[in-house]
Amino acid sequence: MIGFAAKRIFGVAVTLLVAAAIIFFLLDILPGDPARFMLGINATDDAVAALRTELGLDQSAFNRFFIWLFGLFQGDLGISFSQRMPVTQLMAERLQVSLPLALGALTLSTLIGLPIGIIAAQNRGKLGDTLAMILAQVGIAIPNFWFAMLLVLAFAVTWRIFPPGGFVPWSDDPLLAARSLVLPIIALALPQAAILARVMRTSLVDVMQADFIRTARAKGLTQSQAIWRHGVRNALLPVLTIMGLQFAFLIAGTIIVENVFYLPGLGRLIFSAISARDLIVVRSAILVLVAMVILVMFIVDLAYAFVDPRIRAGGGRSDG
Amino acid sequence: MQIIEKTVKKSLAFAAVLGLSTFSAFASDIRVGMVLEPPHLDPTAGAAAAIDEVVYANVFEGLTRIDQNGAVQPSLATSWTISNDGTTYTFNLKQGVSFHDGTSFDADDVLFTFERARAEDSTNAQKGIFAPITSVTAIDPATVEIKIAQPQGDFLFNIGRGDAVIVAPESAEKNQSNPVGTGPFKFVRWDQGSRVILEKNADYTGTPAHMNKATFVFISDPNAAQNAMLAGDVDGFANFPAPESLAIFEADPRYQVVRGSTEGETILSTNNAKAPFDDVRVRKAIAHALDRQAIIDGAMFGYGTPIGTHFAPHHPYYEDLLGTHPRDIEGAKALLAEAGYPEGFKATFKLPPPTYARRGGQIIAAQLREIGIELELINVEWGQWLEDVFKTKNYDLSIVSHVEPFDIGIYANPGYYFQYDNVVFQAIIEKLNVTADEAKREQLARAAQRILAEDAVNGYLFQLAKTGVWNANLEGMWPNSPVEGNDLTAVRWTN
Repeated sequence: MIGFAAKRIFGVAVTLLVAAAIIFFLLDILPGDPARFMLGINATDDAVAALRTELGLDQSAFNRFFIWLFGLFQGDLGISFSQRMPVTQLMAERLQVSLPLALGALTLSTLIGLPIGIIAAQNRGKLGDTLAMILAQVGIAIPNFWFAMLLVLAFAVTWRIFPPGGFVPWSDDPLLAARSLVLPIIALALPQAAILARVMRTSLVDVMQADFIRTARAKGLTQSQAIWRHGVRNALLPVLTIMGLQFAFLIAGTIIVENVFYLPGLGRLIFSAISARDLIVVRSAILVLVAMVILVMFIVDLAYAFVDPRIRAGGGRSDG
Repeated sequence: MQIIEKTVKKSLAFAAVLGLSTFSAFASDIRVGMVLEPPHLDPTAGAAAAIDEVVYANVFEGLTRIDQNGAVQPSLATSWTISNDGTTYTFNLKQGVSFHDGTSFDADDVLFTFERARAEDSTNAQKGIFAPITSVTAIDPATVEIKIAQPQGDFLFNIGRGDAVIVAPESAEKNQSNPVGTGPFKFVRWDQGSRVILEKNADYTGTPAHMNKATFVFISDPNAAQNAMLAGDVDGFANFPAPESLAIFEADPRYQVVRGSTEGETILSTNNAKAPFDDVRVRKAIAHALDRQAIIDGAMFGYGTPIGTHFAPHHPYYEDLLGTHPRDIEGAKALLAEAGYPEGFKATFKLPPPTYARRGGQIIAAQLREIGIELELINVEWGQWLEDVFKTKNYDLSIVSHVEPFDIGIYANPGYYFQYDNVVFQAIIEKLNVTADEAKREQLARAAQRILAEDAVNGYLFQLAKTGVWNANLEGMWPNSPVEGNDLTAVRWTN
């Protein structure tokens, strides 16, 4: 297990370094000058030049890349061009929203998706299965931002049970902060739950045809005993992969839902930084996200190894 | 219907019992929605209108201030005298004023502010405002003398803008994240991506604000903006982002829609140095093909005032030149043929993100197709627009709203992105800049407008409207924006 982890960690480090180089130079060829963007079209050229010097933009791309990389090694993500604040601080503020949002949506979608998938598999071909799969299909088909708008209309505009959007920091009013996240979590979770339900069902149906289930049944276990004791654990592997991907999406890919609820999440930070050509924010934030995705995938891999000892063994073999 | 009402009432009662009601209109508290979040909060170091829209006249004050009619009023300078030759301004400063951090305001702060903005490494977005200044002297702590190279008609207006607000040496460098000014509101906190909170400045020496607390909430999505208004999460938008939704608010007695004007001349920017647009006949043909009202109706749902030149219609110097190139498809075709394009031609049309550009662009493309000009629509982000259109001038046509007040002078700069080079026009602007006499200034400004219309330098479309949506119980908001800003000093609840 430890050898397996060490090998994966080395891979993670190389991936990050390559990602950093790609992110930096790809964004460097993007047209648009951050200094001109900030000072506008009526600014004099010397004011723009002064700002470029102040931001360090007058240096060569390679210099800037190594300054950035050097900072990263020291845990310094740089100072935002336009906001003049440390990127670490900007991201930390946004994670107050994005992290609970992603975790909440993932939890809710798991709580809804997995049981539905299991029930559908248990009742394969019967009415329950058909109904569950129709629901799942609808859930996948509905765009989450549209669903979000419906939620706002019903629960915020008409009934005024939840705020229509916005966010106050947790330290201000934890109850209001939590309430602000309820509708976005539901909007994000339902489509994900529908996907999980389908994956869970398919995977479980496959597993139920495996030899070891037949053996279990032959030992005298009932169908549902066999499912719960042997089936679900084995069927979880593909579901874990999907959940890992979903978490990555939920951390930064939720910009449309963030817009509907005007939430200060990571997605909007990156989006506005791109349009303002605040490249240092874009680069550092994307690199952190890449790191997070890699980390999540790393954890999923470890979870695989935990759920399925054969993977662990495979890792050990190639080491020796 | 009754059932629905009952359900709604029940749910409201339910919400109230649980203490869940989200709308609480305290009589001394206002929440203003804004589409764009400012990048930072220092108006002396950035062009973003959103900066001024939060802090101008609320947190920061200048020597003069611009009122809602665009007139110059005293602010930190209570009065001033101008020497006979028009080059020396002596300002008498307000006494007993302190900045929000407790440091006192005097002539040294004025000196510091102007020297900082004029300095070589200054990053002031309107450094041009300070260019004519030759010296700034503190006569005594309550008197400042500013000398300018030549008499200038709009100097007092210019120093009343957000870019010239007075800052203190103790706090200037931190104003971007913690603005410290002398205004009726103090900065409290900025929740990045979400809102800026201001509170009343109890030590303010001028007319105090009515509100104890003002919150600017940033909502970029038009749908979300509408929901936030309907759900009572914000009390108003100084400029509501979706003209198509205004009818909903006009029909609802809980809201008032305030129509006003901005300083934004929305124009079909034309590359005057690039063929075929360097031919005045081609530009005139385009002007004859434009149907302004159709563009205003189609792109802005009727909100906007047609313009015939680069000048704001509400300005006293405005000359109505809408008739210079009346819509005339046959005449336009004849002009194109004369210029050597009987079959028309193809060109590119770069459209920045705002609604007026993206929607307006499609309508203009359809109108120009009638005279044989085929436009390829290219959507660009602002960053790319600044690079391609503004800096490298690699464009044929574009649409932009030029929001600076009294900015006709940009046409006198042949390096500006229109690349319009007319010595007669340049001479007029040069003269206008050094003329202080009102009657003569008006004459010159009108002459300048006529030249632009006659030369059809750009396609002149419409003056961008300012459409505020407010809670019906609020009053004191500015209907127009003669300068960028949301002065909340006079805003109050009437219930």
